[in-house]
Amino acid sequence: MTRKDNIFFLILLAPALFILLLFIAVPIGQSLFLSFHRLILSLPQLGSPFLGLENYKDLLHDPVARHSLWITLIFVCAATFFELLIGVLLALLMHHHFPGRGMLRACVLIPWAVPTVVSAQMWRFLLNDAYGMVNYVIFGAHTTEYIPWLALPSTALLSLIVADVWKTSSFAALLILAGLQVIPEELYLASRVDGAGVWQRFWRITWPLIRPALMVALLFRTIDAFRVFDLAFVMTQGGPADATNVLQFYGYKKMFVEGWMGYGSAISVCIFVMVLILAVFYVRMVGHRLLEASG
Amino acid sequence: MMKGFLQESLFLSGVLLAAGFSLAPFLWFILCALKTPAEVTAIPLQLLPSFSLESFRLAIERYGILHYLGNSIIVAGITTFVSISLGTFAGYALARLPRRPAKIILMAVLACAMFPHIAIAGPIWDFLRFMGWLNAYQGLILPYVALTLPLTIWILTLFFREMPEELEAAALVDGCTRIGSLQHVILPLSAPGLFTAAILSFIYAWNEFFLALLIMTDPAKQTMPVGIALFQGEYTIPWGEIAAASFITTAPLVLLVLLFQRRIVTGLSAGAIKG
Repeated sequence: MTRKDNIFFLILLAPALFILLLFIAVPIGQSLFLSFHRLILSLPQLGSPFLGLENYKDLLHDPVARHSLWITLIFVCAATFFELLIGVLLALLMHHHFPGRGMLRACVLIPWAVPTVVSAQMWRFLLNDAYGMVNYVIFGAHTTEYIPWLALPSTALLSLIVADVWKTSSFAALLILAGLQVIPEELYLASRVDGAGVWQRFWRITWPLIRPALMVALLFRTIDAFRVFDLAFVMTQGGPADATNVLQFYGYKKMFVEGWMGYGSAISVCIFVMVLILAVFYVRMVGHRLLEASG
Repeated sequence: MMKGFLQESLFLSGVLLAAGFSLAPFLWFILCALKTPAEVTAIPLQLLPSFSLESFRLAIERYGILHYLGNSIIVAGITTFVSISLGTFAGYALARLPRRPAKIILMAVLACAMFPHIAIAGPIWDFLRFMGWLNAYQGLILPYVALTLPLTIWILTLFFREMPEELEAAALVDGCTRIGSLQHVILPLSAPGLFTAAILSFIYAWNEFFLALLIMTDPAKQTMPVGIALFQGEYTIPWGEIAAASFITTAPLVLLVLLFQRRIVTGLSAGAIKG
């Protein structure tokens, strides 16, 4: 490895790092900067005076923002929990050797490939209050009992969670499946010879060995769930009565619909900080493991 | 014997349940594309469509779905190409640089993939407006390249690292330059890695909605996801047309998944990161 080589490598790296800097690192810094200022797009004559922490103070006393944070946390916890649960079940099924295994894996992958916007429209249709399949399955032809899932504050968030779980469980399943596949078959054979039952085999062998993969899936899904936007935009527009006004949607509305750039930036910085804490965990855990695994 | 049968049938119902859970809602929705409006809203549900292609015709003629499709192909195609090119250079450099600095850069790159899009959307929008790139293809492609690069760089770095260095050393000894060895030795052998990264970048750019919504406000430049999300009928929701557009958007991806599922699975679990 000569000096000339190193310079050559840096030249190769430069364009990619430049793009990442220009479109990710710098914008993050700018958002932080904007969050300390008042900038209203529709009132450019006001300029952008420095406010210090005022946007954040307002945010603390903004009932909509607090509600939004609460909603987002419920969404993140519930969606991630069910995704992992279903993910483990799907992974265990796909891990079995049986004739239709490839077919099953392809089926399970399809929701992952469906664009979120399409799956959102799909669930809007399935949950329709007059002719939706979900109502039909539950109530049959008794149309008077049909529930307007997306129009009731109590069920709208649940609907978003169901839509998210449908689409992303397969991703969790794939990560967990990758974890399962490193478990040597002999372990199961040996334990079977020793008379271990199905449950024992699961808790004593499978569980400890898939735990790292499960943690990866958990962190990854949590980070992703914090960014939920498409589902809220298409299915409910944040409603009814802010019942699905998740943080990213609220930030979007403040910034791009109402034009409150400074205040919206404060919201986005809050999401960013929450995700950052998770991301640090994630990078420390997964990053090292991946790098070591690659030699 | 009895126990084996019980286990078998339990397993089989699990498989059927999993396949049904994954496929049934989507198939049911897509069937709308082949139904008349009366069949879509019928109670009790009408399973079999009349196989009318009217919805496709309307989606294409009245809603100009092919136009959105064209935009999506341009944006996702160029994004994939640029992301893979830059990712190949960066990945090769990171695979050959000393481990310590490479690791720091890889971690920073990984962190870039984690940020919520709302945290970068405002400044990106402002920058694009300044450049006059709102409603321009490059205005959407460049942020997409930035968002897909982390995944591309990771997949390719890990891939290049697994390639035996002796191969390249031989080429270097024979008087080949670094760029020559990248071109003639490394790249031909990395087709599988490049392909995996390309598929995942393409799917990401094809499906992205949030930035597309902000940056492309002119319907003439909007991509499929934006078109589908903003689908408006005159009086009722045009489910048939929405389903037809959804089918057209999703079909290429389903095809990719069916053809290359093994590669996608490897890429996802090796990277364990998504744009």
